[in-house]
Formats: sequence, C-alpha cells, structure tokens
Amino acid sequence: MKSFIQGLKDSIPIAIGYFSVSFTFGIMAAGFGISPLTAGALSLFNVTSAGQFAGITLFAVGSSYFELFVTQLVINLRYALMSLTLTQKLAPEVTVAQRFVMAYGVTDEIFAVAVTKDRPVTFPYMLGLEWFPILSWTLGTVAGGVANNLLPASIQSALGIALYGMFVAIVLPPASESFSVLFVVILAVILSCAFYYLPVLNAVSSGFSIIICTVVSAGIGALLFPARFEEQGS
Amino acid sequence: MIYTYILVMAATTYLIRMLPLVIFRKEIKNKYIIRFLSYVPFACLTAMTVPSIFYSTGTVLSAALGFAVAIILGYRKKSLPVVALFACLTVFIAQLLGL
Repeated sequence: MKSFIQGLKDSIPIAIGYFSVSFTFGIMAAGFGISPLTAGALSLFNVTSAGQFAGITLFAVGSSYFELFVTQLVINLRYALMSLTLTQKLAPEVTVAQRFVMAYGVTDEIFAVAVTKDRPVTFPYMLGLEWFPILSWTLGTVAGGVANNLLPASIQSALGIALYGMFVAIVLPPASESFSVLFVVILAVILSCAFYYLPVLNAVSSGFSIIICTVVSAGIGALLFPARFEEQGS
Repeated sequence: MIYTYILVMAATTYLIRMLPLVIFRKEIKNKYIIRFLSYVPFACLTAMTVPSIFYSTGTVLSAALGFAVAIILGYRKKSLPVVALFACLTVFIAQLLGL
C-alpha cells in the first residue's frame, strides 16, 4: 500500500502533463471527424503519444491495417527497449501475471520515472504510477475533443510544446549531475539532428531514427562509462 | 472503420510493451548490457525531443524560447508540470509578440 501511494505521488506531475498533451490530441482527432468519446477510447486503449498522432493521421487518409501495424511497430518499438530496461529494475517478487498487467502502462514518462528511482520497482508501485496518468490521458482527450472549436489557435499551438517540456524536465536533472548522462544526451542530440537534417539520413523514418539514436548513444555511453545505477551505488 | 484501427493499434502497442517484460525474467549478467540499458531512458527521450521540439508550435522561434525556458527550469529541478506549463506560457507570449 505504501509503495502504491508512492507511485501515485510520483505520477501526479505526469498526469498533469498528460492532460495538456492529450487535450491537443483530442482537438486533432475532432479535426479528423472522430467523436470525443471514440478519441477517448483510442487514448485509453493505446496510451502512446506519437503512435496515436500517427494512427489518426493514417485513419484520415484511409491507410491499410498493414500500414497501420507497421507504423505503430516502428514508432512504438522504443517501448520494447524500455520494457527490457524495466525488467532489470523489477523487484524479485514481481510475478509473470503482474508483468502482463504493468506492461499496459509503460509510457516514455512512466518508464523514465520508474527506472530512474534508486529502489527496485514493485508491482504496487507500478500500479500506483500508471493508473492516474492513463485516466488523465483519456479524460484530457475527451475534453480536447469537446473543446475543439472553443480554444483559440494561439493556445492550441502553445500546448504543442507541453510533451517536450516534460521530456526536458525528466532528462535535465540527472544530466546536470552526471557527466556520463550529459555525454549520452549530447550524443543523442547530435545524432538525432543528423537524422533530421542530413540528406540520405533524413530518409529514415522518425520511429527508426529514434531507435538508432538511442541504441548508438546509449551504446557508446556504455562503452565509456560505468552504469548509472553503479554510479549511484545501488 | 475507426474501431478496427483502434484495435490494431492497441494490440500492436501492447505486444511491444508486454513481450520483453514477460520474456526476460532473469537478471542480465552482462555488464555492458546493464550499462547500456541504464542510459536508454536519457538517450531515448533526448532523441525524441531534439530537434522535433523546434517544430512543435506555430513558429521555430517561439518553440526555441519555450525550449530555453524548459532547459533553465529543468536544470533547476522543477517538477514536470511546472516545466511544461512555463514552456507553454513562453510560447504563448512569444506568439502574442509576433515572434
């Protein structure tokens, strides 16, 4: 119970951030003619940011289910890497059935908050961490769909940066304290910009480029420095 | 049909998240892989943020200002919603000023 409540506490900032991001998603879905409740169901069953934005864009242009499957696979493959990382932080008593349940809510932010803790991750902690952001993600989508035309374009546009603001808030504190993390972050910035701006490299889809940048910069960091967990002595 | 779309998306995404968690149940012994995994969260979130953040609002300049504010507040260890909110506010004001 104690770790459930700790998870819930840790999840509050994520849940607040999710509301504003999913609000934007709800507005976009409404623009494609998807009802607020349907968009809310989409958010509830997927709980992915980039994947959902890509998914409704494909829906809007009438893509095939196969295209949809491949796009989701590529954009969301980073979650496999996150789930794999999470396995190494799980407390030994976590059962297989519990793994099936907690897998549902492995998002970028929930994963990052869970694995950057010094303690092993328990099942109650993950439940506490997951349910409120998922609820907030769903309700924010419905609210965005309902508010669609009520919100001025300038506010809609400003909300676009909310998700990235959360990413910055997760990455910066450890990067400012640990040289190895800072090194990996700078490497990821350079690689990611190369994949965005350089010819040939920019032909790689954004989903694959995220995975390549992650694997290469974390891989080089691992060659040069000890593990972040070891550094912290836990 | 939108509901089939939702189903295909949800199933694909859940499998991606669930399979590694259920398959890899032992502690990984290889030191290099452990180090690698410890850097994954930072590498991944950074690659998702830069340079996409610059194109997340109406103008590159407003987004760059929002990013700068987020970096300063993140460096000072402000919480997630505070950083996100001030980044949004900065963008909003920058756009009001026509930047």
